[in-house]
Amino acid sequence: MVQTMSDPVRAACIRRFPWPFTGDRYAYSANVEPAPGARRTLVGEWGRTILDPDETYAAELAERRDILARDPSRHVELPHMRAASWDALLWGLRELAATDPAMTLDRQGDGHVWTNRRLGTRQAFRYGDDASLPMGPLMFLGSQIQEDIVLLDQREDRLWADAGCVTFASNWSMAFTAGMSFMEIHGPVPRDFADGAIPRAERFLIRLPAGQAYRRINWTSTAGYRLDTALDSYADWGASRARMADCDDFADVFHMRVEVQHLVRLPESGAIVFLIRTYLLPLADILTVPGWRTQFASVLTHLPDDIIQYKGLATLRPRLLAHLG
Amino acid sequence: MSAPAGDLALRVERIVDVTPSVRGFVLRPADGGGLPSYAPGSHLVVACGDRRNAYSLTGEGHAPDSYAISVLHRPDGQGGSAWLHGVRPGQVLRCGRPRDAFAPVATARHHLLIAGGIGITPFLSHLWAARRWGRRVSVLYAVGAGAPVPHHAELTALAGDGLRILRGRAAMQAAMDQALRTQALGTHLYVCGPDGLMDSALALARGHGWPDERCHAERFGGVDAAEGAPFTVRLRRTGRDIAVAADASLLDALAAAGVEWPAMCRRGVCGECRMDNAAGTILHRDLVLSPAERAAQSCLMPCVSRAEGVLSLDL
Repeated sequence: MVQTMSDPVRAACIRRFPWPFTGDRYAYSANVEPAPGARRTLVGEWGRTILDPDETYAAELAERRDILARDPSRHVELPHMRAASWDALLWGLRELAATDPAMTLDRQGDGHVWTNRRLGTRQAFRYGDDASLPMGPLMFLGSQIQEDIVLLDQREDRLWADAGCVTFASNWSMAFTAGMSFMEIHGPVPRDFADGAIPRAERFLIRLPAGQAYRRINWTSTAGYRLDTALDSYADWGASRARMADCDDFADVFHMRVEVQHLVRLPESGAIVFLIRTYLLPLADILTVPGWRTQFASVLTHLPDDIIQYKGLATLRPRLLAHLG
Repeated sequence: MSAPAGDLALRVERIVDVTPSVRGFVLRPADGGGLPSYAPGSHLVVACGDRRNAYSLTGEGHAPDSYAISVLHRPDGQGGSAWLHGVRPGQVLRCGRPRDAFAPVATARHHLLIAGGIGITPFLSHLWAARRWGRRVSVLYAVGAGAPVPHHAELTALAGDGLRILRGRAAMQAAMDQALRTQALGTHLYVCGPDGLMDSALALARGHGWPDERCHAERFGGVDAAEGAPFTVRLRRTGRDIAVAADASLLDALAAAGVEWPAMCRRGVCGECRMDNAAGTILHRDLVLSPAERAAQSCLMPCVSRAEGVLSLDL
């Protein structure tokens, strides 16, 4: 996919980019912190709000709509997740209205009216009444926020990924994952199991009280400015990923992919909503920030081989270091 | 924006006599703001004088304008309910945010609710949610012979034919036995009431082959007392020994010795005071830890749980 951003949008994306490194080493960890909270970077800031409707808002939602039309399996909802989906919708729209002044959620009689001037949407609905929305509640939330959404049900002292609307997955598939437990999903992550970080993370989430929000940040890479790198569409992007190490315009093709993930206990259903927001930044833009350049080089140099493999950077590291050096 | 996790100041808007011994309190935010929604089975921790008691929220959890709790006057209790029965409209109560350890299981095919006395309170929010989401539910409710039925009209309106009120121990025992023998596969059992009733219900369920994963219990008001046999805590980092007297909780003994530790409900329900890396023979009394965590014998809730002999802590 070709980079089509205008210069001001591109500049804003650099300023708002959630740069994942704070030191010159990267340790894989649960790295959760309370959210929201502004985090300064060398050139800007991120994290002031949980939802982040930014310059790419309308374009990303249009892309999600196209993906869902092409492949409806990106949205999954097991039947017992209906209450959680409505809970997520109301929480998400309230959060969005509190974040972006162009949006409002008003109570009207026994219903609500959602107004989104950025998309020209005006939708009345009655909580819990599926027929009052043009699509399922989780899908509707997915049409208003850029974040991918997964809902975790809690039962038998475990968490289960029983619903989701995920169009921008990084190398996984919502349809395949639906119904899996937390431990099943987080199977092969090098080091995590040995250190017990994933069972600890699950215990932490199981005890998360209603209304509290935490976030973590994760990073990997993508060939081109491509949000949809789900396993479901591997045929479309797998080859470009394989060619990345040898392409001519490497600095424009290599993108750092950062996920800002939020975890919030929904108040009414007790489900946990897991939001994944994906940010992409081309290497060419990273090179414009000298501090990022040296930090990234240092992290790459010190990353252990199993993590390098896990992140798919084994063949790319030499070229990356050549650009960053 | 997410609501902050701080405490709520709630003004008593109305007091209603649910029965001669049960008083209902309708609470609204003292600052006029909104209230968080809550999950079925949630409770509110209320500061009652120098005590903190947990009371089930009895209304509908969706976008509530007010919260409601029902408080049984316990003349032989520890003073929390007597203190609340002295509260007047207009007074402001300090409360925690709603917490839930007794939610319905979303995948259940049917929900069987078994309650005794004031133990009906957490099931009111279950029934409100069941009606909203079309969940199948039935209720067995034991009430003393000749005693008034708390929330009778509301229960009838919400549960309809699914409600059975049983008078006396023998009638309840027979009804529970019958219900636990004949439930459809995939039914989940929820019990709340006096210890004797809960123990009977759970023993019957076990006897009829119910797996533990499908049995859920809430000891109402949390754990009543933190008292038990005296024991000693050894603080590993400083080598100090602190004696925990028979009538003191571990948390109290630590505080008396100048060791600060975060705590909230002090009733073994909220999980705030959890301690990890403990070693010893722990007597768990909380309602928070999973069976696996209990069996590991390395973490505990010091507000209610105790130990035999010497308990070593990472302090």
